[in-house]
Amino acid sequence: MELNSLYQEVILDHYKRPHHKGLSELKDIQVHHVNPSCGDEVTLNLSISGGIVSDISWDGVGCSISQASTSIMTDLVLGQTVAHAYKILDNFSELMASKGTMVGDEALLDDAVALAGVSKFPARVKCALLGWMAFKDASVQAIDGSEKA
Amino acid sequence: MKTTALNAQVLKADFPILQREMRGGKKLTYLDSGATSQKPLSVIDAQSNFYKTKNAAVHRGAHLLAEEADEAYEGARKIVADFLGAHVDEVIFTKSATESLNAIAYSFGNAEAGSKFALKKGDSIVVTEMEHHANLIPWQQLARRTGATLKWIPITDEGRLDYSILDGIIDSTTRVVAFTHQSNVLGTINDVSKLVEAAKKVSAITVLDACQSAPHFAIDVKKLGVDLLAFSGHKALGPTGIGILWGRSEILEEMEPFLFGGSMIETVTMTDATWARAPRKFEAGVPNMAGAVGLGAALEYLTSLGMENVHAWEMELTQYALDKISNMPGLKVIGPLDAVDRGAVISFTVEGIHPHDVGQVLDQHGIAVRTGHHCAWPLMKKFGIAGTTRASFYIYNTLEDIDNLVVGIKSAQEFFKVG
Repeated sequence: MELNSLYQEVILDHYKRPHHKGLSELKDIQVHHVNPSCGDEVTLNLSISGGIVSDISWDGVGCSISQASTSIMTDLVLGQTVAHAYKILDNFSELMASKGTMVGDEALLDDAVALAGVSKFPARVKCALLGWMAFKDASVQAIDGSEKA
Repeated sequence: MKTTALNAQVLKADFPILQREMRGGKKLTYLDSGATSQKPLSVIDAQSNFYKTKNAAVHRGAHLLAEEADEAYEGARKIVADFLGAHVDEVIFTKSATESLNAIAYSFGNAEAGSKFALKKGDSIVVTEMEHHANLIPWQQLARRTGATLKWIPITDEGRLDYSILDGIIDSTTRVVAFTHQSNVLGTINDVSKLVEAAKKVSAITVLDACQSAPHFAIDVKKLGVDLLAFSGHKALGPTGIGILWGRSEILEEMEPFLFGGSMIETVTMTDATWARAPRKFEAGVPNMAGAVGLGAALEYLTSLGMENVHAWEMELTQYALDKISNMPGLKVIGPLDAVDRGAVISFTVEGIHPHDVGQVLDQHGIAVRTGHHCAWPLMKKFGIAGTTRASFYIYNTLEDIDNLVVGIKSAQEFFKVG
């Protein structure tokens, strides 16, 4: 059944027990992203020090895909250099745009390869990308802010 | 159970799309008519035949095609007028109900100071808390542009308007009362006469969003007593890209146009112009003729079924669905639980499963529903939810379709291990 390829166990695990959920006190920047077509929301706190993602936390409401994907993303980028985080982000975006033709680079994407099935459902790709786009926005703002400071 | 004069199973055969297969070869169970209805072959043919045999720009040209196109277009206007119990000159074709509602707000915004439509600081516009964004944002914007205040009638926990505090909201400052006939989320049918009475007491103009009512039960604009009304063709078996704006002739006579250009004028000089009379005054440019003809065919189809029969069948479906769904563990219906003063739209939440995920599992069963905030975000916030799953019914839905829905919801609960 196609549903199993969309909702892999690892996704349902992240959905039920999300990582880094609950906004931490630490933050250089906070962003709030909304998916206007469905109302899913993510608030993300991000700290970057010395070019490394030093703290990330989030809160939000949304479907299993958006919530699990955000949880997985935070695992992947925390402690990484911003440059490496962007490499992961680009790779994940490419996977989401693949319409089911890619399986994903597990060495780079780890749990996020479980979201490969989402790319077969165009209406759900934006769910999977919500938290990732929030991270990208927050990181750009955090870097801009530190350069101006 | 009593049976109505309408046989949905037979009607399904008139709708080509209902014969197609969905994922995994599943039959289509279409429960999203509140978003857009499917089209009978007669509508598809009417639109296509217009292009094949009559296409010409209406209200211009001296040739036979132009004559026949005129006749088809104006014939469609007459069908709409009869459908609404209106005079033919009161029916304006727009591109959608959204455009109709915006057009009213823009027209009021264009009114000269002192006119009955002009708003200013100290005036108020009243809407309801259950409005679709299309009957909320145009008024928010008009209020912003004119300095008027936007007020709204709140809803009760059951999802009905709180009429008990109407007098405190519709008051001497109120110039416009804009409200939906039937909520696209809750299914609630509002008490039009009560709202019109309150508005008339303070000489406010009434605007009715009939998107979810006109396709589903008989409407008579004279009995409703409102000043302006909007509905969309595509929710009433008609094509997309065609909507209706109806207005009482005295109102249309005085209202300013909102689009300027060809067709809507009486005389033009290099420095000035005067306007044609309604409805032409409000139909600048070559209109969507094929769309109007398609809508005409759609309303003829509905009329041939009898709007009383349409309504009776939908009530049967609604009662059956409410009985089945409201008793399921983990399910909560958002909106009235009885089939009184409510239409064939049922919104619900499934405990532990986000609406998108419910919709995804239903899709695997070939069931098409709407999920999310249904363009009524403030209403979702009122109920403290992110969104709902919405099943909406129409003439071609059967009791079996509702049984399929129940099976689909159970399967979602099993898949996500809830309920």
